[in-house]
Amino acid sequence: MPFISNTSEQQAQMLAELGLTKEDLFADIPEELLCEDFKLPAGLSEQRVRDSLAELAEKNSTHLTCFLGGGFYDHFIPAAVNAIVSRSEFYTAYTPYQPELSQGILQAIYEYQSVICRLTEMEVANASLYDGGTALYEAMMMARRITGRNKIIIDDSVNPIYRVMIHSYTRNLKIEFEESQCRDGLVDRQQILDRLDDKTSAVILQNPNFFGCIDDFSDIAAAAHDKGALLIVSCYPISLGILKTPGAMGADIVTGEGQSLGLPLSFGGPYLGLMAAKKQYVRKMPGRIAGETTDASGRRAYVLTLQAREQHIRRDKATSNICSNEALCALTALVYLSLLGKEGLRETSQVCADKASYAYKRLTAMPGVQPHFRGKWFFNEFVLDLPCEAADVIGKLIERGFAAGFPLSRYYSGMENSILICVTEKRTKHEIGMLAEALESVL
Amino acid sequence: MKLIFEKSVPGRRAVQAGPGDVPTVNMQSSLLRERAAEIPELSELDVVRHFTELSHRNFGVDSNFYPLGSCTMKYNPKVAEHVASYPGFAQLHPLLPQLRMGGMLTQGALRVLYEADLLLREITGMAGFTMQPLAGAHGELTGMMIMAAYHEDKGNKKTTVLIPDSAHGTNPASAAIAGYSVVSIPSSKGGVMDVDAVKQHLNDEVAGLMLTCPNTLGLFNPHVKEICDLIHSVDGLAYYDGANLNAIVGKARPGDFGFDIVHVNLHKTFATPHGGGGPGAAPVGVKEELVPYLPVSVVAKRSDGTYTLEYDRPKSIGYIAPFYGNFSVVLKAYVYILMLGKEGLARVADNAVLNANYVKEKLKGPYKVPFDKLCKHEFVLSISDQMARNGIRAMDIAKALIDRGFHPPTVYFPTVVHEAMMIEPTETESKETLDGFIDAMIEIAEQAGSDPDKLRTAPTTAPVCRPNETVAAKNLDIACL
Repeated sequence: MPFISNTSEQQAQMLAELGLTKEDLFADIPEELLCEDFKLPAGLSEQRVRDSLAELAEKNSTHLTCFLGGGFYDHFIPAAVNAIVSRSEFYTAYTPYQPELSQGILQAIYEYQSVICRLTEMEVANASLYDGGTALYEAMMMARRITGRNKIIIDDSVNPIYRVMIHSYTRNLKIEFEESQCRDGLVDRQQILDRLDDKTSAVILQNPNFFGCIDDFSDIAAAAHDKGALLIVSCYPISLGILKTPGAMGADIVTGEGQSLGLPLSFGGPYLGLMAAKKQYVRKMPGRIAGETTDASGRRAYVLTLQAREQHIRRDKATSNICSNEALCALTALVYLSLLGKEGLRETSQVCADKASYAYKRLTAMPGVQPHFRGKWFFNEFVLDLPCEAADVIGKLIERGFAAGFPLSRYYSGMENSILICVTEKRTKHEIGMLAEALESVL
Repeated sequence: MKLIFEKSVPGRRAVQAGPGDVPTVNMQSSLLRERAAEIPELSELDVVRHFTELSHRNFGVDSNFYPLGSCTMKYNPKVAEHVASYPGFAQLHPLLPQLRMGGMLTQGALRVLYEADLLLREITGMAGFTMQPLAGAHGELTGMMIMAAYHEDKGNKKTTVLIPDSAHGTNPASAAIAGYSVVSIPSSKGGVMDVDAVKQHLNDEVAGLMLTCPNTLGLFNPHVKEICDLIHSVDGLAYYDGANLNAIVGKARPGDFGFDIVHVNLHKTFATPHGGGGPGAAPVGVKEELVPYLPVSVVAKRSDGTYTLEYDRPKSIGYIAPFYGNFSVVLKAYVYILMLGKEGLARVADNAVLNANYVKEKLKGPYKVPFDKLCKHEFVLSISDQMARNGIRAMDIAKALIDRGFHPPTVYFPTVVHEAMMIEPTETESKETLDGFIDAMIEIAEQAGSDPDKLRTAPTTAPVCRPNETVAAKNLDIACL
């Protein structure tokens, strides 16, 4: 009997003590509502399950050399990360409702919040949201609560997956969306200024943007603030090892996908929604927050705080419906950053940029391959125009062992020949050379 | 204990970044950060010791009994963690299926999603699932969005959702975020939603109902089908909050009760670990009529036996997660269901219900049980007698349990019971463990009479004792900068 401790004898003994039969246990369910015949398979042994799942795992192509990014990155994960987060005191716990038995995770959340603030140069952060997309949606809702306004300006260089998610969530909420089109890889200032007015709640931007290009939004933050609007910036945390931070630009709310901080790609999740903000907005922020306090004997202690914002207290008036978040993923991010350390993070970030720059030069040196945006700084992703359809080329490169990039035609019209290529610190000079050779052979 | 930042030593390193085998690029300085982020500087040993020390100040199901009501803290099988770590799953990029013929690169993962869907359909009696919702509340919101899409499609003008007062707070919050106003239905004297109360609040503006069954008192509502029928009579939809599915899994199906939409908390009923607050996963299932509204994408099986993702779904509510949900959580639940099979799942409910009733009967004398009848997977005590006699509160009992090696039950919820203590033993616990817990509870009840002050100073064995939450909220310190 997998995972049941009591023997049949013990079960019989317990039933006898209760004066019940096994059938009596479900006597409160009307008979016509009981299901007599579930069409489910018989249980399997651990060995059988492992064998068949290993076979399924083999059917997934994880052997491809990965130049695929698009917001989800193949970074190196030190072995110590998994060794630490696999400690069962962390992963088999529930949400820390009893602080005396949860000081470990509560302190870790406090440290995570601190490290996210330090990374983004913001003043407060929450304990995590589900992923970068839902975090951006929550930030938008938060901006509406803060400003009491209903118009949102979002640039088309924000991850298209996040943009469709935001539109899906807000379909019934009558929010006025205006989408600005980036020009030559960067946010078109004039379009933002033309759209900013006293009805605008927030401007939503991303850095590096979906095309990998990097920008400084300080001027946009100032313009938004002039109109009483907020700036929301979606970020890529690894890039903040070297890039100007959203905090330094004057962003009011920062979100991001935390997957790059030590979480495996795992076919889409679990991931980690980052959220940080200016301190003045903390009471409008969704999600759990750990805070420092003292206990009955004056010892330093950690608790969940500002719970009066949350669903279990405020019910339909809560700032968000979120309950379970991604605590273990937040712990993973904290452990990962602690292992990299101050210099390691800077170095990793720089090496990503260096390798992407090298790949860009190597690939654009090939006949017929052109940069899509000329003379623009990028972090670790860039767009190339090929002489033929990018989706087709990517398909041919899969046969040669490469996930060479993402075909932008999937989300952007007129970019049929454009490919988004990502290079992380894991890729070597040799692999970049191999990609170039393979590309040359299929063009 | 010290914060990790207080252990930092300038210049100390743990992991070195990958080989920097290419020239360094010097970017325009206005695009760069001025100072390096103050991430702590530690050796690998420092980091491992810090988090090991933190883990010693934490408590999981592997530590001991964790009867946290409505959270279903059952044992999390290690085999599921093992399978989720297979590189073929863990290293799989979610954008691969969007490449040309990319679906063929992920056939194993798509099959897991497809088969988990089929299994959950059969377990719940629904016609189709989405694996995308990332936690219980996210499943609720997805369900409410499906409800809204259905009514919009039919041209129905609906504005309210009926929710019992004993519901989890996420229910009203999710309904409100989806754009509905919430009508709270008081529990009957018997502890469940009664048919007359539903009739009283029923009108053409009712979009639907959200119900947990058995509810948070651990009581199965015998009129559940009649209530669903009533909701249908005004073209409303009935939503089943699957937080308590563990009580009836393998025995009865919400689809057969008349529910149109369900969410299933994989991190409860299907044994995936909760990670100290997440990740969870809460697939949402719907009846045939609502299948067109499920989020994109949906995994389908082709006639040649291969799997594909369908994106062209004009009636869909759209994208609620970036990809296919918390895939590795779904994978772990799939492993669990495969191992248990039909017989094993029925045994889950048998033993969850047996264990709960056993503990309830044994605690009935020393404590007040406000709804003293057959319960399902959990039950609620009231500490009101101890409160009246000695001023002892549910929180005091909870803290005293900590000193006896147990995680306390859920306290002060549901709010319909005064000084509530909600106990959910789960099926994986042994009689010896339950007896140990029962003995501890009885001993605490005695101490409440003989030495109540001692209870008020518990716990004494934990690293901290009763941290001050008022101070935490007042002198807000939520980051070390």
